[in-house]
Amino acid sequence: MKLKQSPSQTVGPYFAYCLTPEQYGYDFRAIAGSQLADEHAEGERIRIVGRVLDGAGNAVDDAMVEIWQADAKGRYAHPADPRGSNLAFRGFGRTGTGTDPESRFVFDTIKPGSVEAQAPHITLCVMARGMLSHAFTRLYFSDESEANAADAVLATVPEARRGTLIAAREDTQAGTVYRFDVHLQGAAETVFFDA
Amino acid sequence: MTAHGPFSPRDWDAHPPYVYPDYKSTGLRGPTQPLIPLEQTLSELTGPVYGRESVGELDHDLTRNARVNGEPLGERIVVAGRVLDEDGKAVPNTLIEVWQANAAGRYIHKSDRHDAPLDPNFRGSGRCVTDAEGRYKLCSVKPGAYPWGNHPNAWRPNHIHFSLFGPSFVTRLVTQMYFPGDPLLELDPIYLGAGEGARELLVSKFDLEVTEADFALGYRFDIVLRGRNATPAQE
Ligand SMILES: [Fe+2]
Repeated sequence: MKLKQSPSQTVGPYFAYCLTPEQYGYDFRAIAGSQLADEHAEGERIRIVGRVLDGAGNAVDDAMVEIWQADAKGRYAHPADPRGSNLAFRGFGRTGTGTDPESRFVFDTIKPGSVEAQAPHITLCVMARGMLSHAFTRLYFSDESEANAADAVLATVPEARRGTLIAAREDTQAGTVYRFDVHLQGAAETVFFDA
Repeated sequence: MTAHGPFSPRDWDAHPPYVYPDYKSTGLRGPTQPLIPLEQTLSELTGPVYGRESVGELDHDLTRNARVNGEPLGERIVVAGRVLDEDGKAVPNTLIEVWQANAAGRYIHKSDRHDAPLDPNFRGSGRCVTDAEGRYKLCSVKPGAYPWGNHPNAWRPNHIHFSLFGPSFVTRLVTQMYFPGDPLLELDPIYLGAGEGARELLVSKFDLEVTEADFALGYRFDIVLRGRNATPAQE
């Protein structure tokens, strides 16, 4: 007999001193943060910047965003990846939106390679006060239009909504930045997946 | 398929809906478009791996991990249980992160403005890792109830927040543990947002076997994560 899944509950407004303690200045070691790549990680350095917006268009300042991604060769640091784990790049980041004056999330990482013939992408998990369950989405890259056009997951998304999953590349003096806002609701509501 | 998946779907009869009007702030924050089904790829069958090495010696003991000049005040508790998947199989070596209010119902979080005292010897956050049988054990003080602005005279029942990864990123779960017999449960839209027949799983059970004589009351709290769809690979 199957057991029932334990239901999700909101992360609430007060997660930071456990889940993102160093970012918010609490005296507790963080297991993950917004810097995914150290100097040894191979690949193109990129920054991901975005906001989590509510249905009124206001930036949510008590959200938490987690990202999970492959390394530059498209390998995951996990035993299910048949190419073996890649412990030099863990591929997990976590940040709250409560410390930036514009309530942005910022990740410094490397651009992932493609995984199993998919277009390069990063998985995002978004949670906040006012969200009883987390929401999964994917970030794809605007400079990968050919790979995006051939991507099997993007193909399942109604064309009019696909753009919500594409991060816009900007080449700045400080380096490559991808902009990716998460719209929880509204005309531009981000596509969320039942993964 | 491999022993790593695919994982069974999220049970939306158990999990709360994104928009649940009794919990006011879901109104502008819950996605409203139908979720797009996603056939699991390697990106979903994998997830962050945090084992024993990610946990410090006192991380599991919230009565000790932030002491300054004495013990935190409150009723000492032990919380113990297992992390299982839907087939009843243990989820070993998975990270559990917990946070809670102190015994007075006050969070150390800078934006908590509830007029109740902070405890200089209590931070209220910790973590632990399940063993080979999926077991875990935490020590803390019983968190107090606290008011919130959802509706007039709204109070959250006593609870501990739990965050788990499980074997992949899609088994991620953030939830809350409640205490048996709490009269606030039937008034709490966060608890009531979860499906009937599932939300009861979030109420821990008082357990004399977990209780430590002359030291702390024991509560048992098991957590069930998504299982795997396919028959597992041959053992
Ligand atoms: Fe809480």
